[in-house]
Amino acid sequence: MKRFSLILAALLSASAVKAATIAITGGTVATAVGDTVITNGTVIVRDGRIVAVGQGLAVPAGATVIDATGKYVTPGLIAGMSTLGIVEVEAVRQTNDASARGTPFSAALDVTPAINPQSPPIAVNRIGGVTRAVVGPEIAGEIFAGQGAIINLSAGGDILVRPRAFQMIELGEDGARAAGGSRPAAWLNLRNGFAEAQRYARNPAAFDSGREKDSLIKRLDAAALVPVVEGRIPAVIHAERASDITAVLGLRSEFPKLHIILIGAREGWMVADKIAAAKVPVVTLPLFDLPSSFESLASTRSNVGRLVAAGVTVGFGIFGGDSGTQERNLPYFAGNAVAQAAVPGGVGLTRGQALATITRSPAQIFGMTDVGTLEVGKRGDVVVWDGDPLELMSAPVAVLIDGVVQPMTSRQTQLRDRYRDLRPGALPMQYNK
Amino acid sequence: MRFHHLAALLLLAGCASNPPPQSAGGKPADGKPNEIVAIPSDPWPSTYRAWPSGTTVIRNATVYDGTGKKFSPGAVRIENGVIAEVGADVAAPAGATVIDGTGKFVTPGIIDIHSHLGDYPSPGVEALSDGNEATSPARPEVWAEHSVWPQDAGFARALAGGVTAFHVLPGSANLFGGRGTTMKNVYGRDVQDMKFPGAPYSLKMACGENPKRVYGSKNQMPATRMGNIAYARQTWADAVEYKRKWDDYTRRAKAGTAKPTDAPRRDLAKDTLMGVLNGEILVQNHCYRADEMANVIAMSREFGYKVTAFHHAVESYKIADLLAKEGICAAMWADWYGFKMESYDGIRENIALVDHAGACAIVHSDDPNGIQRLNQEAAKAMAAGNRMGFNITPEHAWTWLSLNPARGLGIDKKTGSLEPGKMGDVVMWNGNPFSVYSRPEKVWIDGAVMYDWADPAHRPTADFELGQAGAGDPK
Repeated sequence: MKRFSLILAALLSASAVKAATIAITGGTVATAVGDTVITNGTVIVRDGRIVAVGQGLAVPAGATVIDATGKYVTPGLIAGMSTLGIVEVEAVRQTNDASARGTPFSAALDVTPAINPQSPPIAVNRIGGVTRAVVGPEIAGEIFAGQGAIINLSAGGDILVRPRAFQMIELGEDGARAAGGSRPAAWLNLRNGFAEAQRYARNPAAFDSGREKDSLIKRLDAAALVPVVEGRIPAVIHAERASDITAVLGLRSEFPKLHIILIGAREGWMVADKIAAAKVPVVTLPLFDLPSSFESLASTRSNVGRLVAAGVTVGFGIFGGDSGTQERNLPYFAGNAVAQAAVPGGVGLTRGQALATITRSPAQIFGMTDVGTLEVGKRGDVVVWDGDPLELMSAPVAVLIDGVVQPMTSRQTQLRDRYRDLRPGALPMQYNK
Repeated sequence: MRFHHLAALLLLAGCASNPPPQSAGGKPADGKPNEIVAIPSDPWPSTYRAWPSGTTVIRNATVYDGTGKKFSPGAVRIENGVIAEVGADVAAPAGATVIDGTGKFVTPGIIDIHSHLGDYPSPGVEALSDGNEATSPARPEVWAEHSVWPQDAGFARALAGGVTAFHVLPGSANLFGGRGTTMKNVYGRDVQDMKFPGAPYSLKMACGENPKRVYGSKNQMPATRMGNIAYARQTWADAVEYKRKWDDYTRRAKAGTAKPTDAPRRDLAKDTLMGVLNGEILVQNHCYRADEMANVIAMSREFGYKVTAFHHAVESYKIADLLAKEGICAAMWADWYGFKMESYDGIRENIALVDHAGACAIVHSDDPNGIQRLNQEAAKAMAAGNRMGFNITPEHAWTWLSLNPARGLGIDKKTGSLEPGKMGDVVMWNGNPFSVYSRPEKVWIDGAVMYDWADPAHRPTADFELGQAGAGDPK
């Protein structure tokens, strides 16, 4: 048994630390399976997969031990939506590949070639415990924003997990604007796109014959919508207003195979039963509580609690604003969803439900069957925390992705260390490494 | 009186709210005091009145008093609208409402030094977007309060987050954005009903990317950072000249050698700038990068004014020693970074490093959602500091949320801490306010219960939300 501090090693090393068998011992293990919490729990990871989870397990010979006594252990966090890897600095266009206003293409746009594993926010969020992320394009000039991907946040490697994992579709106010100025225009674009995809699927070679030359959708866009309309990849549809959500749910009467994931859904609580009955999951955040637009007048911090109570699977993801930088705050959102339960008249989540929104549920929503919980057979994405993982003052002390211990440094920790002592030294600050 | 002021562009000394004494006038040959024209310092005075309150005693709680002290057990008595007593226990006079605070925490109300509530209200539609007078790089004549819509639902949400006062600033499109105003977080029918009585005005300034982007894209100066500084320096130079004219006129008028018609022509923009040069108006300066903050400090020395606080200030940690030496506050986020080039170097330890250097650290929001949980941002910042080896206590971290922003707004003699005689601006939390699981239960402003999470009668609803789906939801 090699008893050395992997955490220290990870701090000192710029690259991920590989170990065949790792045993994380003595921690409070929140598995994200139901509300299960194992005290004095051990998680054993071998060759990248979880091979054992339980109380007081024997440490296998030769295993590297991470002592989690007094600490918490959870599955790696999963961002149910983000622009990690495709946006480095939102306002610097050279580093922002989330959307393209000048392109003639729409649904065929694919974020995959833009994903940059070296983008600093990847490391910043990795050391915050985020191990996987759904990466989605953002709307520009069309309701079909393009195809998103799934990545892991491991250091130094190939982070692409699944390309072309879903199609992002914008309805509601933004979709209306993109389509020319009204919801009817957006809905017509949507139906036209799906109909053209069906036509393309029936006979790709004949797609161009008999079409008007100014037809609204291009061959590649139609091709990209085929797996969507056939339900082989999900349609992630942004809608906020209760009536828009209801309309989205109705799409399946026209396109029965559609696999819909709602994103936003700030007024979802008003039609929670309908969403649950349609078995449509929701990606959102629990802190929208302002009537910040006319499509979200009924926003409330109880939205998530009410959706979950109605039986809707809810995963947290960040879209707009901080989507490229702040996935490390997923636990803050989850913790606040718990706090809402204490407010008289408010509906929140249990801690177990809250943990699920940032681990198990986003995995389930996007069909990531091998991550999201600490169960035998799952990938070794594990985070060790110095306190309650949902608390503001807690932070990861070790992060494993596919069973590999990750470095705990980022540009930000390096800047901190450079400037922690401002007293003049022998040379300018820029010489401090 | 107020309408008289509104009607008058020039006010005679003696009518202004803050006049020089009449006797200061020189006496011409006829023996009557000369009239001295003065610029009114407060022509739009606050009409805020504290709402009725009784005596409230909270006992057996944990109290962070906002000055850095903790009482556990702790107690507070609010009487006649002000803090009457704080300590391990306090007297409970007959008739007082006594609250058992077991398991609860009591703090001063949170003060947000950087808000656009009311001038960028909800809903965020163009018709209500009134925060940036982006028609000239220098617009010190505009006042944010004249854009404030008192029906912003954001005030109610901030109140539910324990915010008892906030500063509404113009946006940062301009180098000189205009005047900012401090508000009590109490709804009124007009903005003057909300104004914090006696709080000084601020001048919002901005450096860096925003002004050069907004005007550069119009092919106007400033299009560069050097353009930013040059434009600002010329504006200050003109203001110095304006002040010289007024000072000269006032001196002559007092000596009896100037008539009222000799007074300089009013220039509303330069009135604001002269207020800064005279030390009456506080400069709140949007600035991200360390080197640019240093440039602004140099400019303030050149023209003889003081920057009260840098806002956003994501690189404060690189010059925390300078900020401490200059006595300039830094109002910061806990962890926002990387959304624009000038925020690229943001780090989570920024607030803690500024505090550790002995400078005045403030947690601010600049956001209608963030303002609801400033306590949580402080918790993140405190934890980041403690992980790098500092020993920041929660009772100390609370100074970032109330007393330091009060200092930055010039209202620290009146609010910002639980000290006898200060305004009864108090929050009772259902648990440790640095825990993600805690929420305010009750909020008192000037001793009156303005928010009670259990009592819909003590939760405001803005007109805009009335009759809409979800109105009355505890949110």
